[in-house]
Amino acid sequence: MAPLGLTLGPVLYLWDDQRWRDFYFRMADEADVDTVVVGEVVCSKRDHFHQDSLAGVIERLTAGGKKVRLASLGLVTLERERKAVRRLAEQDEFEIEIGEIAALAALGGKPHAVGPLVNVYNAATAKVFAARGATSICLPPELPVASIEAIVRGAPEIAFEVFAFGRVPLAISARCAHARIKGLTKDNCQFVCGSDPDGLEVDTLDGQHFLALNGVQTVSSTCQSLIADVPALQAAGVSSLRLSPQVCDMVEVARLFRAVASGQLDPAEGLAALADAYPQARFSNGFLHGAPGHELVA
Amino acid sequence: MELICPAGTPAAFRDAVEAGADAVYCGFRDETNARNFPGLNFSRDELTASVAFARSHGVKTLVAINTFMRAGNEALWESAVDDAARAGVDAIILADLGLLAYAAERHPELRRHLSVQAGAANADHIGFLVEAFGIKRAVLPRVLTIAEVAAVTRQVACETEVFVFGGLCVMEEGRCSLSSYATGKSPNMQGVCSPASHVRYRKDGAEMVSELGEFTINRFPANEPAGYPTICKGRFVVDGEDGYIFEDPVSLDALSHLDALQAAGVSALKIEGRQRGRSYVAKVVTEIRRQLDAADRSATPSGDTLRRMSEGQRTTEGSYDKRWR
Repeated sequence: MAPLGLTLGPVLYLWDDQRWRDFYFRMADEADVDTVVVGEVVCSKRDHFHQDSLAGVIERLTAGGKKVRLASLGLVTLERERKAVRRLAEQDEFEIEIGEIAALAALGGKPHAVGPLVNVYNAATAKVFAARGATSICLPPELPVASIEAIVRGAPEIAFEVFAFGRVPLAISARCAHARIKGLTKDNCQFVCGSDPDGLEVDTLDGQHFLALNGVQTVSSTCQSLIADVPALQAAGVSSLRLSPQVCDMVEVARLFRAVASGQLDPAEGLAALADAYPQARFSNGFLHGAPGHELVA
Repeated sequence: MELICPAGTPAAFRDAVEAGADAVYCGFRDETNARNFPGLNFSRDELTASVAFARSHGVKTLVAINTFMRAGNEALWESAVDDAARAGVDAIILADLGLLAYAAERHPELRRHLSVQAGAANADHIGFLVEAFGIKRAVLPRVLTIAEVAAVTRQVACETEVFVFGGLCVMEEGRCSLSSYATGKSPNMQGVCSPASHVRYRKDGAEMVSELGEFTINRFPANEPAGYPTICKGRFVVDGEDGYIFEDPVSLDALSHLDALQAAGVSALKIEGRQRGRSYVAKVVTEIRRQLDAADRSATPSGDTLRRMSEGQRTTEGSYDKRWR
């Protein structure tokens, strides 16, 4: 069995530039991951925040032995967003991870990766992307392991990745609930999502933790953790695991996943240790087991 | 502009045809469509009979096969496409790229529409699908302003269709797993959002509590009707304050924008509501037909007929109003 790779997904939240740069510098220097995806996926209004740091971050990651991928936006409606996607698709220095299909035309068949917000639910769809240059696909987080296995079997030419750690992206809208809750609109949002670097909790009227807001994106309240499911994912033929940055010790998260993937750490012990790396998190893996996504199935 | 009307049953289908639909859309009685609710939808024979009825009235039949093929069960979706072709439908409405590829290869002559569930919100996305799979029409997501609808319509080499009335997705369609997170049933794979099997109403003192799976979606005082627990229309608590944080329990009414949508070059207007009863279909289709046919639309206010038919009896212009965002 080929060893499982680790991919650090893009930071989905609006982090201030210093936090963002420091995070990537530390990951570049200390984290045992193979690939790092960098770029704004959620909201194009955030684009300018890291423009000045981006080149330095990419350089540091590359120097740290990481393969760098550039992510494109998940929901593209504006003209300037289309242009930005096209620019990203046309550059040849780094591989692009597409956040939606708009990028395909401009890519013109060039090798690329497909991100988890693109709907790939079966091998036939994976093959549509493969025929147009996709070499790896991060599958939608809601897929059960039986589907993952069937897709991998049906499209062996592609390397499949699974969303293994982080609050799960559940929905995206043109409307910004995060701004709305603060009495603002998207056009005049004052970047309020920046005050919630790990997401803003949405509870039910009965006090249950349920969801979290990240600008126009809604994520799960729980943190998906497939660390105890690593053997099942390996058996299903998955090529790599995606770790999505949260406000926690991501170097340690990567270390634990690597240890479990290489058989040096028991999966159940890995899950227990993960709780120390991200103490405020409640973990879930229900989607993988065909159960409600918020559940933790032993 | 064509008027595209919903039908969840053969009886509603006939009502829609007689009330003035230019085309009626429906789905098979299984997971292949996004309104997979108990007691709804069409058998193969019912579809064939409905196509004949529609055709005798000069009305088209469109079949929504607009969920995503569950890996390992692709045959269910592929046979839906084959059977729709055999029934002689005028078009199929698809979202899954693998299924689009299948339909384009096996039934090249069968007209393919892109479902709103594909979440194609820009001209490059749609343009790619026109080129790759020969789609003839794209149903646009309910996240675009009218100016954006106009721009997309101008830039793509296929027709566009937009929603004008009915239930409103706040999230981009086809990319929402809020309901799967709460219930384990996926809108994309099983065709159900907030499935009735996971809905519970519970009395708590004077209040009625609506739940989806384990989660409270809303609480209603005794004098208020308890709404259906759709997550994006629920009431939640953020920062200690409760409210409808995603959207109020409203539905879409964009009829005041008919002239603008026509000027934008939109080919077809869609009414949501295959899960709604016959009286909804008959009344809504009749009223919207009347407004579409009126020479001077400014003289035909939408009025109460439609508002009474909408979810929570309240409506919004949704994303067509730029302030919605």
